[in-house]
Amino acid sequence: MNVTQLSLFLENRPGHLQNALKVLADEGVNIMTLTIAEVADFGIVRMIVNKPQKALEALRQHKFVCSPTDVLAIELDDKPGSLLKALETFSKRNLNIEYMYAFTEKRGDRAVMIFKFADIEAAKKALLEEGFNVVKKIDLIGE
Amino acid sequence: MLNKQYEAMEVKKLKELQRERLKWSLTHAYNNVPYYRQAFDKAKFNPDKFSSLDDLKHVPFLMKQTMRDNYPFGLFAVPMEKVVRIHSSSGTTGNATVVGYTKNDIEVWAEVMARTIAAAGGSEKDIIQVAYGYGLFTGGLGVHYGAEKLGATVIPISGGNTERQLMLIKDFGTTMLACTPSYAINMADYVEKKMPDYDFKKTKLKAGIFGAEPWTENMRKEIESRMGIDAYDIYGLSEVIGPGVSCECSQKSGLHVFEDHFYVEVIDPETGEVLPEGEKGEIVYTSLTKEACPVIRYRSRDITRIYRDACKCGRTLIKMEKVTGRSDDMLIIRGVNVFPMQIEAVLMEIEGTEPHYQIIVDRKGALDDVEIMVEVNEKIFTDELGALKGLAERIEQRIRSALGISAKITLVEPSTLQRSEGKAKRVIDKRQL
Repeated sequence: MNVTQLSLFLENRPGHLQNALKVLADEGVNIMTLTIAEVADFGIVRMIVNKPQKALEALRQHKFVCSPTDVLAIELDDKPGSLLKALETFSKRNLNIEYMYAFTEKRGDRAVMIFKFADIEAAKKALLEEGFNVVKKIDLIGE
Repeated sequence: MLNKQYEAMEVKKLKELQRERLKWSLTHAYNNVPYYRQAFDKAKFNPDKFSSLDDLKHVPFLMKQTMRDNYPFGLFAVPMEKVVRIHSSSGTTGNATVVGYTKNDIEVWAEVMARTIAAAGGSEKDIIQVAYGYGLFTGGLGVHYGAEKLGATVIPISGGNTERQLMLIKDFGTTMLACTPSYAINMADYVEKKMPDYDFKKTKLKAGIFGAEPWTENMRKEIESRMGIDAYDIYGLSEVIGPGVSCECSQKSGLHVFEDHFYVEVIDPETGEVLPEGEKGEIVYTSLTKEACPVIRYRSRDITRIYRDACKCGRTLIKMEKVTGRSDDMLIIRGVNVFPMQIEAVLMEIEGTEPHYQIIVDRKGALDDVEIMVEVNEKIFTDELGALKGLAERIEQRIRSALGISAKITLVEPSTLQRSEGKAKRVIDKRQL
């Protein structure tokens, strides 16, 4: 049920993201969503792709440091206040969000957000109990 | 003193003993190792004609590269059935060098390590916690056998797991600690940050034997005051035997070389010429009793000087100064001598793996500017930005406290640092000095 995110270390310099994306393009890997967290010298690219295992192997083969991370994909109504409601669930249960970002595609009329938690299972349990729809990996990337 | 007969031998007698043993060692190497036979023949050196210690200067040097080229067992002088132990150094810059020991070699090693521990005040009454790594590295097992030979109680905890180390020091009443000096500081840091109730001064710890990496007098003072112990430098290299080549005594001024087993010379690293006692140069080792892996004029690359003084401890053995540098790669940064291997030791301690790094020195205005590029690998990579940034900061901090220089740490992608023939180029000095 957890979604596999790839986290990739890159130097914060021209051409470096391009090099990594070329590896994925050559392997026919499609990026479904991508976000970058950066400091002055380097950054971490976090992405959800349609073929995570293949992408991971290809990147490692090309000497990139890349690791898989389990994250949760949560479906939310695309209307004011629905993200807030999800956050209330987390704070109530004292679950800290390490980071989060939005999915580019909508599923029907609903938005998909990606969340990273230290304790993913506790977060998942909380969400399910509160009636949220946690999107399955297979529904998201078709694998 | 554990073995007065040899440690306090009259110098004239000692030299005669060395001459006899050296002749045996040269002959043994020549007769049993093809490399030595070829090298001696080429230099027209005949071990049968060896008659005085001075003749050794005609014998060719053994280079580290030769040891690597003969990987794994090419320099062994006895058949494998006589070899009871193998050790290997990962080497700090390339391929492994492999060494073997016969039963007698292990006995000699235990003897010199037992003397080393005794020189630091140890006896059968002591409880010695061996926090050097056990395994192919010679540190752990070297100290272990020496401590047992001395009759002390050994706690073979090996490296790592700092909290447990500290707990055993307290619970088992450890009196002596054996580890790298940087790990000792790491323990003191750990106590300061995480165990406010722990007090070294309330434990029975009285001394530490620290080695396997270069360290400074400042680090000694820091360890001694923070842990409330006496800190002794011990020295060795796996090519020669492992720890136990030389050690400090109660005077903490210079390391006595166990000359009945190892013959030392200091040479000019450029010309290879033997320098008179007291002059600084590269120290060269010749084993006198080793059976499995004799080393004849092994160039250590360690820079030091050797001298004989009337040491108050009573040993007549020659002394070497604390090794603080290597002939191949010393840098002077803002007046501080820095060796890439010191930086390597810090990275090793923090990352727990052999690091790929490059030091870039430049001059900005009147000041030297240092940047250390460290390749990120799967082991240290984390998905959290804050943790990665914290790692860089931790390295920066340790470099400052261990080496006394401030350096900017830059994390870079793997395999981006220039390598020549598989060997990383460690230093780029852009200064016009």
